[in-house]
This record gives sequence, C-alpha cells and structure tokens, in this order.
Amino acid sequence: MTPSRVSSSLATSGQTWLIKGVQPAGGPATDLILAGGRITETGQGLTAAGAEVLDGTGLIALPGLVDLHTHLREPGREDAETVLTGTQAAALGGYTAVHAMANTDPVADTAGVVEQIWRLGWQAGLCDVRPVGAVTAGLEGSRLAELGAMADSAAQVRIFSDDGHCVSDAMLMRRALEYVKAFGGVIAQHAQEPRLTDGAQLNEGEMSGLLGLAGWPAVAEEAIIARDCLLAAHVGSALHICHVSTAGSVEIIRWAKSKGWRVTAEVTPHHLLLTDDLAASYDPVYKVNPPLRTRVDVDALRAGLADGTIDCVATDHAPHAIEDKETEWQVAAFGMTGLETALRVVHAAMVDTGLLDWAGVADRMSARPAAIGQLDGSVTSTGAPSTGAASTRANNSRANSSRANSSRANSSRANSNGAPSPFALLHGRPLEPGSPANLVLYDPAARSVIDPAQHASRSRNTPFAGMELPGQVIATFLRGEPTVLDGKLAR
Amino acid sequence: MNRHLISAADLSRDDALLILDTAEELAQLAERPIRKLPTLRGRTVVNLFYEDSTRTRISFEAAAKRLSADVINFSAKGSSVAKGESLKDTALTLEAMGADAVVIRHQASGAPHRLARWVRGSVVNAGDGTHEHPTQALLDAFTMRRRLGRVDGLRVAIVGDVLHSRVARSNVLLLRTLGADVTLVAPPTLLPVAVSAWPCEVSYDLSAVLPKTDVVMMLRVQAERMNAAFFPTAREYSRRYGLDAARMALLPDHAIVMHPGPMNRGVEIAAEVADSARSTIVEQVANGVSVRMAVLYLLLGGADLGDAGTGAGQAAAPLADAGRTDAGREGAGWLSNEAAEVAQ
Amino acid sequence: MRALNPGGTDAAGPDGAAAGRAGTRSGRARTVPPADSKTVLGPDEIGRALTRVAHEILERTNGAADVVLMGIPTRGVPLAGRLALKLSQVEGRPAPAGSLDVTMYRDDLRLRPARRLGHTEVPPSGIDGKIVVLVDDVLYSGRTVRAALDALGDIGRPRAVQLAVLVDRGHRELPIRADYVGKNIPTSQREVVQVLLTETDGQDAVVLGTGRTAGSNKAQANRAHANPVQPNPPLSGPPLSGPPLSGPPLSNPPLSNPPRAEAPGPGGTPGDGIPTEAAR
Repeated sequence: MTPSRVSSSLATSGQTWLIKGVQPAGGPATDLILAGGRITETGQGLTAAGAEVLDGTGLIALPGLVDLHTHLREPGREDAETVLTGTQAAALGGYTAVHAMANTDPVADTAGVVEQIWRLGWQAGLCDVRPVGAVTAGLEGSRLAELGAMADSAAQVRIFSDDGHCVSDAMLMRRALEYVKAFGGVIAQHAQEPRLTDGAQLNEGEMSGLLGLAGWPAVAEEAIIARDCLLAAHVGSALHICHVSTAGSVEIIRWAKSKGWRVTAEVTPHHLLLTDDLAASYDPVYKVNPPLRTRVDVDALRAGLADGTIDCVATDHAPHAIEDKETEWQVAAFGMTGLETALRVVHAAMVDTGLLDWAGVADRMSARPAAIGQLDGSVTSTGAPSTGAASTRANNSRANSSRANSSRANSSRANSNGAPSPFALLHGRPLEPGSPANLVLYDPAARSVIDPAQHASRSRNTPFAGMELPGQVIATFLRGEPTVLDGKLAR
Repeated sequence: MNRHLISAADLSRDDALLILDTAEELAQLAERPIRKLPTLRGRTVVNLFYEDSTRTRISFEAAAKRLSADVINFSAKGSSVAKGESLKDTALTLEAMGADAVVIRHQASGAPHRLARWVRGSVVNAGDGTHEHPTQALLDAFTMRRRLGRVDGLRVAIVGDVLHSRVARSNVLLLRTLGADVTLVAPPTLLPVAVSAWPCEVSYDLSAVLPKTDVVMMLRVQAERMNAAFFPTAREYSRRYGLDAARMALLPDHAIVMHPGPMNRGVEIAAEVADSARSTIVEQVANGVSVRMAVLYLLLGGADLGDAGTGAGQAAAPLADAGRTDAGREGAGWLSNEAAEVAQ
Repeated sequence: MRALNPGGTDAAGPDGAAAGRAGTRSGRARTVPPADSKTVLGPDEIGRALTRVAHEILERTNGAADVVLMGIPTRGVPLAGRLALKLSQVEGRPAPAGSLDVTMYRDDLRLRPARRLGHTEVPPSGIDGKIVVLVDDVLYSGRTVRAALDALGDIGRPRAVQLAVLVDRGHRELPIRADYVGKNIPTSQREVVQVLLTETDGQDAVVLGTGRTAGSNKAQANRAHANPVQPNPPLSGPPLSGPPLSGPPLSNPPLSNPPRAEAPGPGGTPGDGIPTEAAR
C-alpha cells in the first residue's frame, strides 16, 4: 500500500461528513458531524459547510464494532485470507478494529511477526488490526513465548492467546497469568482439555452418537474454565475466555465474577444461533471448534450475553480454503467465517428476541471488547489497567472513565513507518462530541439471504449461507473516513 | 430417500419388508444351474472401497454380477485414492465413467452423504466410519427371519463395542422398524453417552440378558481399544462380555448366535460357540449376497429416479431439524406405485 | 399421500383413482367391475373352458405324464392350480404345478421404478426334460411369454414349452401363439380385458370394458398380465379350491409378519387416460 494512505488515516481528514437523522444506539433521531477524524457535533437540524451529507433516516448508528477474535491467516495461509481481504470483510461487517489471532505461519510469537501484522493492517487502512501474541512458543504449549518483547514492540500486544490450542498445562497457565501482570496483559484461553477431546468432531451428545462422530464433551471446556478462573484469582491476574459455548461454562463464569475475579468472556455469533443437529447432513461448513451445541446451551449463552456474564461478542472469523471444507467431515478444517454476518446474526439472536436493545449491542460489540482490548483509552501509562478496566459486572454503560492517554500516544515505543502507537487509536467510545469518528450505520429493516459469493472474505465457509437474516451495514467510518458506503467498500 | 441407501433410518417398515421379500425370492438363485438374471444388464456398479474389506466387497460384487451388471472395483491401495485424490474428485471421475450405483465403504462417518451430493447415481453405504452399515442390518434381519420365522417381537441382544460399531447403529434402527426389541450389552465405556435416547434397552450384565434372548449378536471388539482405556485387558473383557459355551447354555433352545464378522475367536466369541448349530455366521454371508441383490435391484432395476429427495443445496435453518429422516417417513418409499405414475 | 393401501380396497387406491372408473382395474382384490363393462365369461363358462383345456392338454401330451404346469403370477398361478387339479382328477395322479415370476426378465423394466417381485416356485421334480405348460390369464402382446421363456431357460431345459391361456385377445407383437386357449376374445386396442378369479378377486368373471384413450390401455393391459399388482396368494395360506398343489411346502416357515403389503404396483392406472410410453 502506498505511503500516502499511511499518513492519511491519522492526519486531518479532508472531508467533513454530515450524517442526518440516525438513531445512535437506537435512541432518537440525531444529526452527527464528523470532521478531523472526530465527532465534532451532535444535535438536531445541524448544518456544516462543505460537508458530504448522508441521509441516515431509519438507520441505527453504533460505535465502530471491535472484534477480540479474528483469524486473518496472513502470514502463511494467504490462500484462505489476507490482512487486506480480512479487513475488507471486517469493514463490511461494521468493524473498525479487529484482534488478529496468533496461529499464523510463522506463529505470531515474536516481536517481528506481530509488528509485520500490525504494519499490514495499517497499510490496508480499512480497520485497525491489533495482533494477538501467542502464549507459548510455536503454540506448542511447552514454554512461554517472549511475551514482554511482543508487549514492547510497535504492535504493543496486550492480549495473548494460543487460540486453536489450549494452554492445558496448569503450571504454564499459571506462569503466563502471572507474567503478564507486569505490562497489563491478559491471557485469552481457548478452553479445551486435550485428553478429553482427542479426535473430537462434534459436541458429545445425541447427535454425535447418531452420526458416529467422536464427541467433544462440554466438560472439556468447563473444567479448564473453572481451573483458570481459580488460577487467575489466585495470582491476581486478568483472564479472558474465548468462544464460550456451553451452559455450564456460563454458570462457572457467572460464579467467578460474583467473587469479584477479573474474568471476562466472549461468545461467537454462531453459538448464539446454531445447534449441533445441523451436522446431520455431514456438511463440514458446520464443523467448528468449539462445536455447535444444543438448544439448552444456546439459550444459556443468550441469557449470559444479555445479563453481561458474557462480556462481548467475538466472531472467531476462521476462513478456510474450499478444499479444506469440501471433504468428509473428519478431515475437514474447523471454523466458520463471521465478520460480515456478525451484526446481523446478533440482531436476529438477541435484538429480535427482545434480549438486548441496540444500546446493549453497542456495549457488547464495541464498548466492552474495546475495554478488554484496552482500546478505549482506559489504560494508564504504565500499562496497568485502571480498576475495572476488565469489566466484571453486567450493565450497559462502560464501567471505567477514560484516562489520559496522551502519555501513551507520545510514547517513544511507537512509530514504525510513521504509524502511531496503537493506544492512540481509540475505539468503543460513545457517539458524542470528541470521540473518534469510528461508527457504523446499520439498517435494521432490511432483510436478505446470505450469499457467500458476495462476501469480501476470500473464503466461503459461512454456516449462514442461504439463510435470511435481518439488517444490513450501510456505512462504516474509520476516524471520519468512510471504509464502507452504500453497503459496499468505499476504498 | 429412494435413490440411495445410506442409513437404516431411511427405510420405512414397508421398505424394509420389501427388501427382505425380494431377497427371499432372489435367494433361490443360488440353487439354480445358471446363477444369473439379466435385469441389470448394461448398468455399471462401482465398488469404492477406501477401507479394506474383502468379504463385503466380494458380496457386493457377486450381487451385482448375478444381476448381470458391470462391476468396477476401486480399492484404496495403489490407486489415485491412495495418492491423495479427494473424495470429490474421485466422485467426479466415477460420474464421468457413468456409474449407475456407487457402493462406498469409507473410514469417515458421513462420506456417503457427501458422495451423494456429487454423483447422480445411487449411493449404497457399505459402511462409513462408526456411523452405519445398512445392508449388514438387512442381511441380519433376513437371517433372523429365515431361522426364526419372523422379526416382529424377537428379543435381540447386541453385545460389544457399540460406541464404535456401525453395525450396531444400523441394527438398532432397523430392528426397531421391524418391531423387534433390542437390548445393548456392553461395558459403560463402550456405550455412547446419549444411548438412553436410542430406541432400545441397555444392560451391563450379559449373563442376565441371555435367558430372555432369541438372538444374540456379538460385535467384534478390537483389542487395541484397551490402549485408550475402554477396558483394562482383553482377558477381562472376554470374561465379562464374551460368549463362551457356559453363557451359550443360558440361551433358550431356539436362540441363535450371530456375528457380522470378522470374528476374534476367543475374545468376544468362543470357538465352540462360533462353530455350533446355533451360529448363523456362515449363512449370514450367503444371505448377504441375496440381500445386496435385492437392494441393487430395487435401486437400479427400474426407471431412473431423478433428483428427488437428495437434499442437495438445501439451505440450513437455525435450530432446524435437518437431514435426519425417521423410519417410516411417508411418501418417498421404495415401492413403485400408481401414485408415482400418475404424478409422472 | 403415497401411503400404501393394504387390503387393496378400491375406494381410494394409491393411484388416487376412484372406484367405478372406466376401464379395468387390474390388481385390485375384490374389485367391482366398472358400470360400462360387460361380462364376457361367467363362472360356469370359465369352468367349462378350463375343463376343456385340461382335456386338450391330456390329449396332446399323451396323458400329461411329463407335464409341469407353471403359472405366471398373478392370476396364472391359481389357473395353473385349477388345471393341475383337473388333470389329477382325470388321470388319477397329481400333476406338478408351480409359479414362474417373470419380472426380472421383462423388457420394459426401465419405464417405471423397480417392481415388487412375484413368487417363483419350481416343483421338486424340476423342469429338465419335461413338457412345461406356461399358464396365464390373458395373452396379448406376447412379451410376458417371451420373458417367461427366458426365465425358464435359466432354470433348466424343458423338453418342450407350451402355452395355455384363459383368454386370447389378439394384437400380438411377437411371434408367439398359445397352444391352449380358453376363449378367443377379439378386442380393439382401446378395450380392456379384465380377468377376475375367486382366489384373487372373490369371483370368477372375464370382463370387457372401454379405456379412455388409445394406447393407454394397451400399455396397461400389458402391464396387467405381465406384472400383477397384488400380492401372490401365499401358497401355504388359505387353501385354493381343490387339494393343495403337489410338492413340498415352502422351505421357509410361514411368516407371522403381516402378509406382504398390498403393493399398489406399477401396473398403472387402467384407463386413467394418462398416456404412457408406447414401449413395452
């Protein structure tokens, strides 16, 4: 990508935007003025000279969505996705920031690889990419990766995860939890006891027995979550649970939070909507890790997201090349794409069912993930999160007030290729004057059938293909520049 | 699903009885000087065997040849399959060769389902992973009916590694459809977690079940399972769940002993039991040919059935009941009937 | 929608056709012939015709010492049984009779989904060196008999094969002729000949009726006598009129399963006016 793009995102944007009559987080119709990368004014009947006008009648405005869990596949599997195509997909889904998981090839377990990913995202300029660092070297689960180096790098990594694999060794998990306290990091665990899930293909239950597929029992997830909550409490560190999928897991997390422990959790859109009986066709588009579970689990996850036990929605966007999915179930890769469908699925699963309103969606898909990823300005200069930054309790407002982040923005540890420190790029802020102009405009009245051939992602493995879902992302703005307009990429 | 035979659950009671009655007629062929019928002349049946299985493959081959079909054998070794050709590409090759039916045995559960999306011919499941083996269940039911006169109301005990057995799954489904009462006997480690939802009883005590049993079906147990701690030793397994002469004496006089083969003599079944008069193991093999002839005839012996009911390309719906059919689902049966003609 | 109709009541048969439809209803047990048909042979005439045929067989085969009667399912089977009875009454010794299902040898299999098989039973004396008399109810195009000849050839080598039919309605499509005919009934291709027998339909009658369109009846009539749509009366079931067929009982013990479901077979809807392919 050209250097001009590098500077354009941060420099004062040339174009002022006047967005008329949108409903911020579902509230009453409001006009917004975006200028200089920020929201400068909100109110009724606003005017702005030289502004591009966007008629937002009937549209919901949400702060730009933040994804804590995405697989961009670059470096290594560019046939399935690249940082460019992945961030295109993210923008089309209404995302302004995504966290890229570390299971690339080479693994993101050194400062060099995470800086590369950070740079690729910056150059693409569609969506801020925050690399996640591996917990263990090579994801092998035997020794810690250089977490400090990654934290100090230009990418300023704060979230570490071996996602794809579980940090199953209790001693190693303890050490990791302890070690990251030095720089305010958080370990994000992919909870899967390997000894109970050897060769597992599908949720262990009625369907797996009928279909002759090796079972993935819920207890393999719940046992690790319970262990790690206790460990985090014991050493006084922060723990994040990736892709919670069972009712039992929700209960354990609810219990851990009730003790005041610093535990956060995410759920994927597909776990809010789909169940394991879809596997009856043996179509590997439904094969995912953790697996689709039962109706009981779906209901518990929805309730958990509604009451805040589960802090946020994270897509676990997992693109795969066609030949890795068009096979027998057993040899197919695990994973589903999700960036372009996430908001619509949450709309169907949570808003249309009355479990969450649009303000709640803004919280679960933007504010809270931004807080967990330390993108909302709540981080102190030492890197230690302010109290309550890893929010524990259920409520729709952000738990922490913003801290001065100018010290971070001017830190000398930033600046590779002119890119700013990641902590200067805020997300998840409310739609009010002064906030960065990161927002998504969404039409809740639209309905259409999901067609993966239309997706920007390089991969087609969405389980929602052929399903009719509500809503449509109309526009996405990243620091006042549109990345998506009229439902199509603007750049 | 009258175009394929992939699961025993695809068969209604009438479908199953039709297959058994047809097999009854075709069994006469074995006694004739000319063991051939012209019915499938010009049709091509492909045996696509990814797993080694001489017995089943030969059975299907004999069945197809007795109906004058052309048979092509694809076995896993030494072919493009062994070189890593994907299932889809193999399917497209078969399609290009004009296979009217593909008989597939594969180590992955669900492989026949996938294959059915890529070929226009009929797919016959000869065993997929740990999922199903419907023709085995049919020949087992046929054997029971021949020996005991009926299937309805029989008390059948299926003993052994149910968790990993496709024979067990197909038999539970088919026997239920035909009105038999099934009891599974196994150590708890070899039963699926949700077996209580299956249409059968469960027992951990073989000796208690045998006196009330008309048919004992012994499943093969792989000794390697003890390495994953399914049972401590083969000896303990045999002591608690093996059918030896002492246990055989607990059976009612008329009861028969079945085994899908191949047997582990001395592990799940004692040699003297396997060789006794109660044992149907040898006739199961002959019956297999008749039953498979019936299946091939009913699938291929009439008009091409077109694309009805394959489910290809159907959209997924959330929390929907996709794919799985009940035995006895009305409408898409195997019998040609006048309604079908009127509709044509 | 397509539930089977065991028992074969014709009120709402699986083909959806109502009772009383014009044309013959091949295969429905206890069928009531439609109103516009006319009975060409009644029970007495049928009995006399069969008696005459039996005597003709005895004459031409010099006492029927080597004769084996093979009925073609469905209605050829009870006819063969009656003939066997009459032969044994005259000659004082039993005449072997069996059944020969020709489904697998038909030349029109690919026109419809696979059909249920009829029952084949070869008497223990076999057919090698014997005079096999094929027995059927109606001789029409001759294709059924052609299939029966092929089937016989795979079972053994008879010394000679002859054909006895209750009704010859003309319109042969192959060089086949009957040796013994109960009654010649010239018909047009539009007409439908329906044979009813006590053993299968509850009464003895030969009924002539009219179909809807040219061609359809021809095809269906062919189907009618080439492939019956009702189950074969179990040979070890209720006694046929007269002593049971000679020969050993079935090798299988009687099934206590419900009798084979009334298969609304592929015989087609007689006279439903739906044109079918002419190929038979």
